[in-house]
Amino acid sequence: MIVKLTTKLLTATAIVAATSASAGDLEVMHWWTSGGESAAVSELAKAFDATGNTWVDAAIAGGESARSVMVSRLIGGDPMGAFQFNHGRQAEELIEAGLLRDITDIAEAEGWKDIINPPSLLDACTVDGRIYCAPVNIHSWQWIWLSHKAYADAGLDVPADWDEFVAAAPMLEKAGKLPLAMGQQGWQQSGLFNVLFAALVPNEVFLSVYDDKDAEVATGADVGRVFAAAADARAMASGSNVQNWNDATNLVITGQAGGQIMGDWAQGEFAVAGQVAGTDYSCLPGLGVTELLSTGGDAFYFPVLSDEAEIAAQSELAALMLRPATQVAFNLAKGSLPVRGDIDLSTANDCMQKGLALLADGALLPDTNQLVTPDTAEQISTLFVEFFADPSITVEDAQARFANIIAIAE
Amino acid sequence: MSSRRPNQLFRNKSAKIAAIPMIVAALFVFVGGTIWTIVYSFTKSGLLPRLQWVGLDQYERLWATRKWLISIENLAIYGFCMLVLVFVIGFILAALIDQKIRFEDTIRTVILYPYALSFVVTGLVWQWMLNPEFGIQKVVRGWGWESFTFDPLYNSDIAIYGVLIAGLWQGSGLVMVLMLAGLRGIDQDVWKASRVDGIPAWKAYIFIIIPMMRPVFITTLVIVVTGIVKIYDLIIAQTGGGPGISTEVPAKYVYDMMFQANNLGQGFAASTMMLVTVALVVIPWAILEFGGSKRHD
Repeated sequence: MIVKLTTKLLTATAIVAATSASAGDLEVMHWWTSGGESAAVSELAKAFDATGNTWVDAAIAGGESARSVMVSRLIGGDPMGAFQFNHGRQAEELIEAGLLRDITDIAEAEGWKDIINPPSLLDACTVDGRIYCAPVNIHSWQWIWLSHKAYADAGLDVPADWDEFVAAAPMLEKAGKLPLAMGQQGWQQSGLFNVLFAALVPNEVFLSVYDDKDAEVATGADVGRVFAAAADARAMASGSNVQNWNDATNLVITGQAGGQIMGDWAQGEFAVAGQVAGTDYSCLPGLGVTELLSTGGDAFYFPVLSDEAEIAAQSELAALMLRPATQVAFNLAKGSLPVRGDIDLSTANDCMQKGLALLADGALLPDTNQLVTPDTAEQISTLFVEFFADPSITVEDAQARFANIIAIAE
Repeated sequence: MSSRRPNQLFRNKSAKIAAIPMIVAALFVFVGGTIWTIVYSFTKSGLLPRLQWVGLDQYERLWATRKWLISIENLAIYGFCMLVLVFVIGFILAALIDQKIRFEDTIRTVILYPYALSFVVTGLVWQWMLNPEFGIQKVVRGWGWESFTFDPLYNSDIAIYGVLIAGLWQGSGLVMVLMLAGLRGIDQDVWKASRVDGIPAWKAYIFIIIPMMRPVFITTLVIVVTGIVKIYDLIIAQTGGGPGISTEVPAKYVYDMMFQANNLGQGFAASTMMLVTVALVVIPWAILEFGGSKRHD
């Protein structure tokens, strides 16, 4: 909490500083505040500063609070120079309202259409044939991170899939370890559910629930299995009382917890802690059950501005973000996958190579952010906040409420 | 009538001119904003307001949402307990201090001091106090009572009472000071007369002094009730609505809907319901209070 408040204060100072910035300075807002994330963002800032412009950093801890600050500044007529968003349906209305800059000309000049892989990333930035955002990385949620130390201490082998992980939980508990680390925040809890959903049942079920919003499928037996697995996760995470995802990751890094289900951004934390994939920790895409990735990710949007110098700086930043050198430096630090398939990432570690291979094979799913509105996402997140906090909520009850949310979703 | 006082509208001209900014602000900002909010609560506004009518859909969804129902229930529990306890505690403290004790100033300052802290600080302080690992529970266990358990913020059923403790700690001092001012305003002759009649002190307080303090009670009531309805920051700082959604409150629901779910329509519907609730309490009270006094003039 204190850390959060401090970051907020620092952010406030950053905003104040930014308003007095001169032309060519671009205020960039994002929510990359953990160790690995800020290492990655400083790579972007370095590259941007090298072009003669100045990156004015405005980081806000926590995606949810950051998004509300960004939206209220945009609507209130006080736009920043550029901001990070999860592309998909979150920005839909901002684009409709004409608040965001059309960057199709830059995309065409840089040939984004040919280099961005998978093309669905650019589609998520496209509204009515015009491009509004620059995708910078691919993030996938479908990973479980396992601590070798925790399993060694308990005298166990590191699990190879979700079922083994669940089976090993009682032994870990006996050894005084927490089987599953999980931060007590809605987005982490509903994210974990979506990972179980993507990994444990066939893709068609996932898509008919999230894409077609078929409430009947959501009440079915397949989704029932996902909820049963979520109840297992709830039992395994019952001793986990950290809030932030990186605090939960830290439990895995230090061997206090067996594993954590978290997106590939967790890898940046392992890297900062000096851990080596394969010897200190393992990663299983798709929980080792169905190996696939969802292609969510981060993108930068550029608000409509009036100052010529700032507009030029925006254009330069947008073009820069997809250049090979920036992509390599940024993604290696962040642990995410690059948005272009034509660059050399042989220096990437074990886990990233697994991700790159899946990307090349096309074992991909769309990210839930691209399928459901923030409204539906918030309802699902509230459901799981409640579900994970209260063991008295039955699997059947939770599933029925989930189906209701899907039924009214758009 | 009108021929005798033709310039009613223009009397006290300077006072009326001085009041114009406030009247304009009240009309446009409060009344205008309220009407705007109510109108848009019948629309399907998402991230931005737009006039796409959906009738009562937002209200139907609101009253079918568990988070909202829990918010209302929490506000009712918190509001009722807060109202009763803050008055009882505040009045007893004031009555005790009024016994012409020593170090009155010091004690008064100490008790009033929490009110000078913001809700965010109050929330954090009590989050730590009620944390089983380094708060009250740990201290009592350190004294040797090993089985002592006191962790309201970690138990969904009673978490709202943990918030109530913080609210009381913060608010009691203010009520005490207001009550003390009221008590000091009572003529000493009243006390003397009651002593002559041989009435015990507690009876004198309940049947003589409290009825005489009605204006102070009403002012305090308004201050306390508005504080209860708008509770938001204490929740954010102390529990964040958790564990689960067990300490959600209506104001937080409105914020979450408007700024996180990008669903303005739903947020407006919820804030309209809050307004209706307040109106249901305030209007009958205003009629009783002001309507009544007019008849006496």
